[in-house]
Amino acid sequence: MNCDQALKLLATHADGELGLPHASELEAHLQGCADCRAQFAALTELRAGVRMHAAYHAAPAGLATRIRAALERESSVAPSAASAPAESPRRRWTWAWPQIGAALAMAFALAWSVGLYLVLPGAEESLEKELVASHVRALMADHALDVASSDQHTVKPWFNGKLDFSPEVTDLAAQGFALAGGRLDYVGGRPVAALVYLHRQHRINLYVWPSDRNDAPAGATRQGYHLLHWTRNAMSYWAVSDLNPVELAQFRDALLKTMR
Amino acid sequence: MAEENKAQRFEALMLPHLDAAWNLARWLTRSDHDAEDVVQEAFLRALRFFEGFHGAQSRPWLLAIVRNTAYSWMEKNRDATVPLAEDGSHDGVEEAGPETLAMRGDARRRVNDALARLPAEYREVMVLRELEDLSYREIAQVAAIPMGTVMSRLARGRKLLSGYLAGGEKERIR
Repeated sequence: MNCDQALKLLATHADGELGLPHASELEAHLQGCADCRAQFAALTELRAGVRMHAAYHAAPAGLATRIRAALERESSVAPSAASAPAESPRRRWTWAWPQIGAALAMAFALAWSVGLYLVLPGAEESLEKELVASHVRALMADHALDVASSDQHTVKPWFNGKLDFSPEVTDLAAQGFALAGGRLDYVGGRPVAALVYLHRQHRINLYVWPSDRNDAPAGATRQGYHLLHWTRNAMSYWAVSDLNPVELAQFRDALLKTMR
Repeated sequence: MAEENKAQRFEALMLPHLDAAWNLARWLTRSDHDAEDVVQEAFLRALRFFEGFHGAQSRPWLLAIVRNTAYSWMEKNRDATVPLAEDGSHDGVEEAGPETLAMRGDARRRVNDALARLPAEYREVMVLRELEDLSYREIAQVAAIPMGTVMSRLARGRKLLSGYLAGGEKERIR
């Protein structure tokens, strides 16, 4: 790979969207090319600066309640799609329905045509679905934690007597992934340990259960959530989060370092 | 599908993305007041379009509607929309941290100002990529543009952004 080719791929790589063969070629080039390495570092630094400092605006308190109320009015008063909005929040205006419809249709057509998906075998697929469903359920029901503690020596013993195995629990606060606690969950037809880590506004669920398989590390994306899977010391691990794949991989690597 | 079930399913699938919806609306309109209207309206519209949602990814699906709603809203209320605050005071989020607050506050202000100053088509892809962690494919879906355009807008947006940040306050590149 020469510098021209490398420079074209830098951003895609920084965004974690470069396929494996290209990524390793680019990495090899970066090893040997200080100029490209500097460009890559500048890009990574800019991204880190934006991610660290740009405001993530969280919805104001009470908005969820106001929206729920509006939705209830809407579905009880106006069951059909053609009827007028029950009550606009503060102003009223007419909508350009056809354009919106067309734009949405385009968006969906696009989503179909751009099929850049990782294809995995069927059993894995249903397991992934279950994991994402569990992750979402924990976020929604606000039942993320049975034991809330950033102390690994509190979380690990909590699982005693609740599971037929003892998961390794490691706080990674120093690496930017703070342990928040754990809970019991049920995935793939068995009770599992779910450890919860926080990274900025993102929550990571780490599912752990015993396995005699020795799977190659794998990743997938479902419903906007990213999954990473690996096995280590006769345990199967799945990390699920809305965190981007690059940082989720950093989480995995930080964890793996503690497991040697 | 019974209406009640539909409404429940809608809430269960879409309300978890409320913060994402707000963040996008807030960055597009650059005002809390406008974002409130946009997000409320977007949820109502999403409910009406929900029949057309067939288990695809819910967050990009909802954000596409938020984005369209925000643009229609700004089109309709051009005079009413708050112009970009030049003093950077639009940053409403403050977290107290152990870091040197002055330095951090400055970096925060500069990054937020620079991002707010980006033209909307670059600002939206940057927000979707860096703050929402969406993939290229998901951004393409939300912004209704091809993936190649996502990549070129991100590249351009980042270039502009580093220019704003390097140029400090003197240069207004808009």
